[in-house]
Amino acid sequence: MTSSIFQTSAEVEGKWGMLIDQDLCMGCQACVTACAMENNLSFVGEADAGYGRGMAWIRTERFWNGTYPNISTGYQPMLCQQCGHAPCEPVCPVFASVHSESEQTNVQVYNRCIGTRYCANNCPYQVREFNWLDFPRPVPLNNQFNPDVTVRRRGVMEKCTFCIQRIRRVEDLAHSENRDVLDGEVQPACAQACPASAIVFGRIDDPNSQVSRLAHNNRGYIMLEELGTLPRVTYLKGGSGHAGNS
Amino acid sequence: MLATVKALFRPAAHSEEHEDPAEHLLLDARPRGEMNDMVMDSMHATSWKFWTVTMFLILTVLVCLVTAWGYMIAEGLGVAGVNQPEYWGIFLVNTVFWIGISHAGTFVSALLRVLKAEFRRPFTRAAELMTTFGLIQAGLSIFMHLGRVWLVYWMVPYPNERGLWPDFHSPLMWDFLAISTYLLASTMYLFLPLIPDLAMARDHSTGWRKIFYRILSMGFRGSESEWTHLKTAMNIFAFAILPVMFSVHTIVAWDFAMAIRPGWSSTIFGPYFVVGALHSGLAAVTMVLFIISRTMKNMKYFIRPEHFDGLGKLMLMITMTWGYFFFNDYIVEWYGGDTIARTLQKFLETGPLAWMFFLMLICNFAIPILTLWNKKLRRTPWVMFVIGLIINIGMWLERYIIIPGSLSINRMPFTWRIYFPRVEVFLTIGTFALFLLLYMLASRLIPLVPVWEVQEGQLAHSLSKFGKTRVATKAEIE
Repeated sequence: MTSSIFQTSAEVEGKWGMLIDQDLCMGCQACVTACAMENNLSFVGEADAGYGRGMAWIRTERFWNGTYPNISTGYQPMLCQQCGHAPCEPVCPVFASVHSESEQTNVQVYNRCIGTRYCANNCPYQVREFNWLDFPRPVPLNNQFNPDVTVRRRGVMEKCTFCIQRIRRVEDLAHSENRDVLDGEVQPACAQACPASAIVFGRIDDPNSQVSRLAHNNRGYIMLEELGTLPRVTYLKGGSGHAGNS
Repeated sequence: MLATVKALFRPAAHSEEHEDPAEHLLLDARPRGEMNDMVMDSMHATSWKFWTVTMFLILTVLVCLVTAWGYMIAEGLGVAGVNQPEYWGIFLVNTVFWIGISHAGTFVSALLRVLKAEFRRPFTRAAELMTTFGLIQAGLSIFMHLGRVWLVYWMVPYPNERGLWPDFHSPLMWDFLAISTYLLASTMYLFLPLIPDLAMARDHSTGWRKIFYRILSMGFRGSESEWTHLKTAMNIFAFAILPVMFSVHTIVAWDFAMAIRPGWSSTIFGPYFVVGALHSGLAAVTMVLFIISRTMKNMKYFIRPEHFDGLGKLMLMITMTWGYFFFNDYIVEWYGGDTIARTLQKFLETGPLAWMFFLMLICNFAIPILTLWNKKLRRTPWVMFVIGLIINIGMWLERYIIIPGSLSINRMPFTWRIYFPRVEVFLTIGTFALFLLLYMLASRLIPLVPVWEVQEGQLAHSLSKFGKTRVATKAEIE
């Protein structure tokens, strides 16, 4: 279990990556809902969500561009960037926040987490969610659990996994059929649910994959690139002059 | 033993410096037996007031610490006000605050011992006790802060079947090791100079106390070889604990400075926090000295205006150093002009926490620097108590501004939020009550004044007559 703290950017090559087209995003929050269903997120409830404890591994940040009346809305779905050089990893005292060598993602070991919340403080994207309480599931949500995903108890940190259970399932399937994973075969819940196909997922180490080809765009940018965290998510800038966001 | 004798100060040339030499504790010697009795007396004397306050503190600890914490453990951290993005709230503020308080004990005791500052003699013990009890509060506060406190032993590097070790990359791990080292070292450092006094108490008490002191004093009889060994050990500890003390608060500062956050990632945080710790710690020593000199029997003989005067001078120096570091930390970020750092500074100066920011500057810098230059004020114990209280309020606010204040602003404007404490308030009161309670109980169990040190000092100091004037002289003991 080595940390990426001593590695330089050149040594860390990404595997899975995502592309989010902000021109196509219309802020419908389907990704947020799909993610919560897929990953057994706690049902926080109105009071605590209003207090600021709503749990979402992906959130759609809404921004107003310009001033009234010349105003337009911009949306930015924000999720764990699965940094190649993640600030959350070295600060955990008990190795609960670690780097997956095989999938090149940041993973959180819920059972190891003791809840220091240092990782969340050090995440420049603020995408880590903490289980402040044990939130009970109201009927009928108590019958809706994904058996592939662990449920988390109070006092542990959690975050987006790029739907690692889906990645694993497809990899296992491909392995049993003795073939490679096809491009587009792995779909995280958010990408699957997006009605505008604003979220594209795939292998970023394969130059011919859809996600790699779409990333070669002059609208492309990386969140807080100056911090050197090597995010695996590329955004395509939205705004005036493009469809959907005027 | 008495190698050289030199005059401490010349006979008064100015009329205003014409003070009575007997004002100094070390020149106002009393017989050994009498002094032992005075200290023993102060330990035994308890009034109904003492027990009322003790009962009140025990109740407060039970309600505010035990019950509130139990409720928080049972329900989850959600009953506290900590929130996204203020993942760290008052618990960490209290941790840093108490570690700061605990610094003064060692600073006053070890540094002044190493520098052979004579005015330290009567209050080193009172200061060292603060170190140990303050660290206990710091440890409790950091435990409260954990989401799953029952698994805290996972931070201990112990061999286990999973083959897992803690991550030594994490500043929290350094913190854990530093604080536990400091707690261990400062407890031993408290204990070593205590041995002769415990032996004295053993010889002066009966019943369960005698058994208690006999066990703790480990058969100390005061022979020449025992003194030699004790002195050697104390000397080693006094020198060795100083770097430990500096490193502990530097590492606490690194918890913040190592993170990539605006307002935190500052290279000056290490020394800035050390100075801040000394600032609040010295102020706390002053407050404690005032309280024990007013409430404990015979303590006015030991704790005198000259001691407040000496501490006041130190506090003035630390105030200036703190101001220098604050300015240095602030101006670099301001001049740097990084968008997010400037946003944070603007938020602190004009946002809802602005009153805190300016109150901090007034309490930590303006008031001490405007009052402590004055000898008359320095020598008035209650004034020093008030200044100490003000500085401690200011230092607590400083930590509040650095931790939840800075956490309000991050690089994702969508998540900005203000922090309001909830159950943290009770737990804060609880730690303060526990500190006071431990201190009060300890004040009746162990001699708060290191009698042998005072006696040693009085032996070395004497008034000699040169012609018609009395001159204070000091013999160097080695």
